[in-house]
Amino acid sequence: MINVSRLKKGIVIDHIEAGHGYKIFSQLGLDELEDVVVLMRNVPSRKMGKKDLIKIETDINLDLTVLGLIDPNVTVNFVEDGVLLRKEKLQLPEVVEGILECKNPRCISKYQKIDDIKFYLIDRKTKEYRCEYCDTTTSF
Amino acid sequence: MLKGRHLIEPSEFRIDELEEIFGLADSIIQKPENYSEICKNKLLASLFYEPSTRTKFSFDAAMLRLGGQVIGFSDPNTSSVAKGETLKDTIITISNYVDIVVVRHPQEGTAKLMSKYALVPVINAGDGGHQHPTQTLTDLLTIRHYKKSLKNHCIAVCGDLKFGRTIHSLVKAMHRYEGTKFIFISPEELRIPRYIKDLLDPDSYRETTSLDEAIGEADILYMSRVQRERFVSEYEYLRLKDYFILTPEKMLMAKEDMIVMHPLPRVNEIAEEVDDDKRAVYFHQAKFGMYVRMALIIKLLGLE
Ligand SMILES: [Zn+2]
Repeated sequence: MINVSRLKKGIVIDHIEAGHGYKIFSQLGLDELEDVVVLMRNVPSRKMGKKDLIKIETDINLDLTVLGLIDPNVTVNFVEDGVLLRKEKLQLPEVVEGILECKNPRCISKYQKIDDIKFYLIDRKTKEYRCEYCDTTTSF
Repeated sequence: MLKGRHLIEPSEFRIDELEEIFGLADSIIQKPENYSEICKNKLLASLFYEPSTRTKFSFDAAMLRLGGQVIGFSDPNTSSVAKGETLKDTIITISNYVDIVVVRHPQEGTAKLMSKYALVPVINAGDGGHQHPTQTLTDLLTIRHYKKSLKNHCIAVCGDLKFGRTIHSLVKAMHRYEGTKFIFISPEELRIPRYIKDLLDPDSYRETTSLDEAIGEADILYMSRVQRERFVSEYEYLRLKDYFILTPEKMLMAKEDMIVMHPLPRVNEIAEEVDDDKRAVYFHQAKFGMYVRMALIIKLLGLE
């Protein structure tokens, strides 16, 4: 069995709701990373019953905005030389760029290639965002 | 300052900024000759990606009456814009030629997209079912003209309140004014959407299915048509379209100084006999539409 508990420098994404691990894995583009990445699924957890967990051994600064969107309850641990540097709770981002897609078939973004569509958070509870162009609400 | 700004949706101008536009429109109405050359040597591009003769004429007339000139198209199929050029490239190019751009497009959000790349002010002349801010400005100027203010009115809106974009914009715009009350008159199936009601103080509106019951209370009656394409079946359309028709008999129950408005064109929701009633102002709205566009163009160009 691989020992994943010792991380020289990297990130541990903990308390991922069971089943969301793979989603996060692909959204962060971890399959394209050259570094060591471990995705653990269905890890027994006292708090959550079952959880997913991701360990990434890397120097790269990852854009973690997407995490807040997929699963705002995860904890991100930044590790250096096997020591926990800091722990971060995530929040839903106020503005999301380039991750969401507008659901409105009449939206101009369906007809023109627009890379940088902004979505503005309108409801924390329902995780709903509003398209900057047509105002249609959408969620992840 | 309105100079250099875009107008994409009606609520992006503050109340005092709207007042600037309406005040100027008043002056134009009083002495149009004072403004007949203010836009001399200015050029407006009128980009109509779908035909809308009414709106196009209103903008063209506004610019020409200010002494400016207009270039553009009203049918994208006959112009080079159809040949796969992106809207971004089109607007950047056109921005080089003109001082102000008016755009109408069937897809929602187009004016917003173009305004991001435009080097000159962009006015949204309708983007699908989304926004049509100059229609809202027209409605506000009309109310302000006949009722002398935009405060403390009871506005009854009648018809298709579920899909009617004009009505949603009007409600959003009017609820910002002090003392506004709304009565929403519609069949159950076409009630005003939740998200609009959420904007309003619960004491400031009520809903009813009876025009008869509500008409006596209204200072302004805003009628709207019921569009065939909104319905799943012809039967549903026929059942609901005649639900609320304004007749001379109903007008007897209305206040002496009530005004009846309608975005036009009407189908049959207002009986023709009502046209002769002095309270029917819907045919004059078009004139206010032109004046408000004249004032808007002057303000966005920073000419006054
Ligand atoms: Zn959209």
